Amino acid sequence: MSAPEPDRYLELLDVAKHFGGVQALSGVSLSVARGTVHALVGENGAGKSTLGRIVAGALAPDDGRVVLEGEPVAFRSPREALEHRVAAIAQEPFVVPQLTVAENVFLGVEPRSAGVVRNGKLSDAYAALAATAGFDLPGGVLAGRLRTADQQKVEILRALSRDAQLIVMDEPTAALSARETEQLHEIVRRLVAAGKTIVLISHFLREVLDLAEAVTVLRDGRVVRTAPAARESESSLVEAMLGRSLGSTFPPKKPPGSDAPAVLSVRELVAPGVEGATFDLRAGEILGIAGLVGAGRTELARALFGAARIASGSVTLADGGRLGRSPRRSLSAGLAMIPESRKDEGLIFARSVTENATLSRLQSLASLGVVRRGRERKTARSVLEECDVRGAHYSAPVAALSGGNQQKVLFARTLLCSPHVLIADEPTRGVDIGAKRAIYEFLTNLAGGGAGIVLISSELEEILGLAHRVLVMRRGRIVAELAGDAIDEGTILAAAFADETRGAAA
Amino acid sequence: MNAAAAKLVARGRLDTRALTRLRRVGILIPFVILFAVLSLTSESFATKTNLLNILDQQSATLIIAAAGTLVLVAGGIDLSVGATYSLAAVTSAHFALHTNPAVAIALGIGAGLLVGIANGVITTTFRINALITTLAMSFVVSGIAGLVTKGNLLVLFEKPGFGKFARTEFLTVRTSIWLMIVAVLVIGFVLSSTTAGRYMYAAGGNAEAARLAGVRVNAVRILAFALSGGAAGLAGVIDTSRVLSAQASTGDTALAFTVLAGIVVGGTSILGGEGAVWRTVVGVLFIALIGNGYILLGLDPLYEQITMGVILLLAVGLDALTRRTG
Repeated sequence: MSAPEPDRYLELLDVAKHFGGVQALSGVSLSVARGTVHALVGENGAGKSTLGRIVAGALAPDDGRVVLEGEPVAFRSPREALEHRVAAIAQEPFVVPQLTVAENVFLGVEPRSAGVVRNGKLSDAYAALAATAGFDLPGGVLAGRLRTADQQKVEILRALSRDAQLIVMDEPTAALSARETEQLHEIVRRLVAAGKTIVLISHFLREVLDLAEAVTVLRDGRVVRTAPAARESESSLVEAMLGRSLGSTFPPKKPPGSDAPAVLSVRELVAPGVEGATFDLRAGEILGIAGLVGAGRTELARALFGAARIASGSVTLADGGRLGRSPRRSLSAGLAMIPESRKDEGLIFARSVTENATLSRLQSLASLGVVRRGRERKTARSVLEECDVRGAHYSAPVAALSGGNQQKVLFARTLLCSPHVLIADEPTRGVDIGAKRAIYEFLTNLAGGGAGIVLISSELEEILGLAHRVLVMRRGRIVAELAGDAIDEGTILAAAFADETRGAAA
Repeated sequence: MNAAAAKLVARGRLDTRALTRLRRVGILIPFVILFAVLSLTSESFATKTNLLNILDQQSATLIIAAAGTLVLVAGGIDLSVGATYSLAAVTSAHFALHTNPAVAIALGIGAGLLVGIANGVITTTFRINALITTLAMSFVVSGIAGLVTKGNLLVLFEKPGFGKFARTEFLTVRTSIWLMIVAVLVIGFVLSSTTAGRYMYAAGGNAEAARLAGVRVNAVRILAFALSGGAAGLAGVIDTSRVLSAQASTGDTALAFTVLAGIVVGGTSILGGEGAVWRTVVGVLFIALIGNGYILLGLDPLYEQITMGVILLLAVGLDALTRRTG
């Protein structure tokens, strides 16, 4: 191997890693130049997160070398990595909710005398740091109260407080709204301008192309290629990730006829976070709900489904049945929901794929309260295959699946309920591009079969690509309704951001 | 703070596959080893009399622990089983003195069932932590048991009819053991094969996800507590029938902790969502074998408690380790 050139801040040489029988990475070599953003892209399971964790010291490679500033390093823990000024920011921020923002930032390195934390010094140090980073984040607030975007800022500040030179960001914008994403991009640009090096792992190809100088595409644990971002496009990256070219991402829209009956009627609905919503959903329609994080979209979904208590107003199905009392009643009436977080609200991780798929329809697979296992297995297999769930045996714990396949299990579960109405809250969050396409097709097919679909997504592209009609929410209210050709990015954003241009950071 | 920082550091570093596998096979290996060692070192161990004796003595614990497994799997914990066991014991003894045995048995079990339902309703409907609820409930129930006996030992030697419940021999084995086997099989079947059992795993594994999937989480938890109370009731009645006497302090907290130890040593997680009744049976018997071994081998019983404590720590530690990567 030749001696590293001076601008090569980080080099990986022939890195390999396996988990059990699965080869997560093999023969991965790449070099990251100082003061640049280097992006890693690939489908879920391609190995990009594993690579990120190796760089950040959270995993040790089985084989190969990691060279930092010309010195071979072998971090045994993230703490050791931090001592070499390498930090990581995870998709799900790690903060201690009961501590304040400032305490979280200086966790473990609090200014202290004789073991007693000097709170005055702590807040001074925090104020200085936040000012340097340009963050408007009060240090005295409890971290648990912050939104995801602000919790990520805490992690970024934590990295900066340790004077990190290399920051690994794993899907940093996956849980952020469009505006917060823009803010994070701004932060990334500022960090790079200050000479920091960033390894960015992201599913969002536009983000990658906007921010990164170089892009490494991974597939099945191997490097497909590393190229300057200027020489790549979204389609070239997708092609490299999949090893084949993908047609248009979204299936063609098939809006319902003007005579399609309403399947769901919502009148003056008031619930926690929802300040009065009125709309109809028609058979075969995909109704997009756009808005900023915190605008009340998820709250609306939960109220419709009966997961949150309704204060006033009504939710009725076509047959006149009143909804919104409990998830159980909603499901039996034909209203299903894919919740926002599959980990917290969707899946029982320790239980099998099959059991997770059949959970909502177990009664129908049992006689006299005893589960008919043969029948359960058969039913589950057919619906899981229909949803193209892959990656583990159906009797294995659902936790063994990748994010995209886990999400498909939730779709399989709702499919078994044969819903008239499906509410899908961020159905493609954290899933790879192949699974995204499968989910888009699933939604389109379900609508084609006559079901009404409420689609909530922070990815505007998805709303634009799938929805026949769009409701924009702001502060718990529906502030705009767009249909057909009137659906465009600018109008949606204008409605979502109206008179919030100043207040968003507060 | 530093503990939290250490957690940050330790995140995801340990490959715990082997440990998970170990936990899955679980307690069976040490149990078989202990059984073999005792068989070889003590002549009187592997005799029918000794083994049936162990089962007879453990029948109450086994029944309570089997049902307690359901509570743990569903995401709760029941510390009131010792007190409930005593209440059922004295209730059945009280009524055995004044009415016929069948009524006494039914009322004893019924008392346990009521306590269980109360536990379930309080923890779910009023959202009070199960640990605190059942701890508080155990004081209340102990008090009620004291009121029933007015502080006396209730002796039933005049009522041999009541003793038939647990002391009849059938195929050379006592009914106490038969009752235990039937109860444990039924409880195990509920957990492993019914929709209710499946919902218990779901409720304990991820309550919010279960609720959103249409599971009546509260109802399922109340059912688990009710079964636990009912099982404690049955156990109390069986033991009263076995020894033909009962007093208000028979069970108390020691039994609740022995039961919990058996469940956890068996490999059921105290955090809910995982576990099985067969494991609990092996766990309880494993603990019983240790006690039996100390007696048969003439070892200093002081070490028995230390051994028990260490085993319990190992079981809980293994649970924590296997969960860390999950």
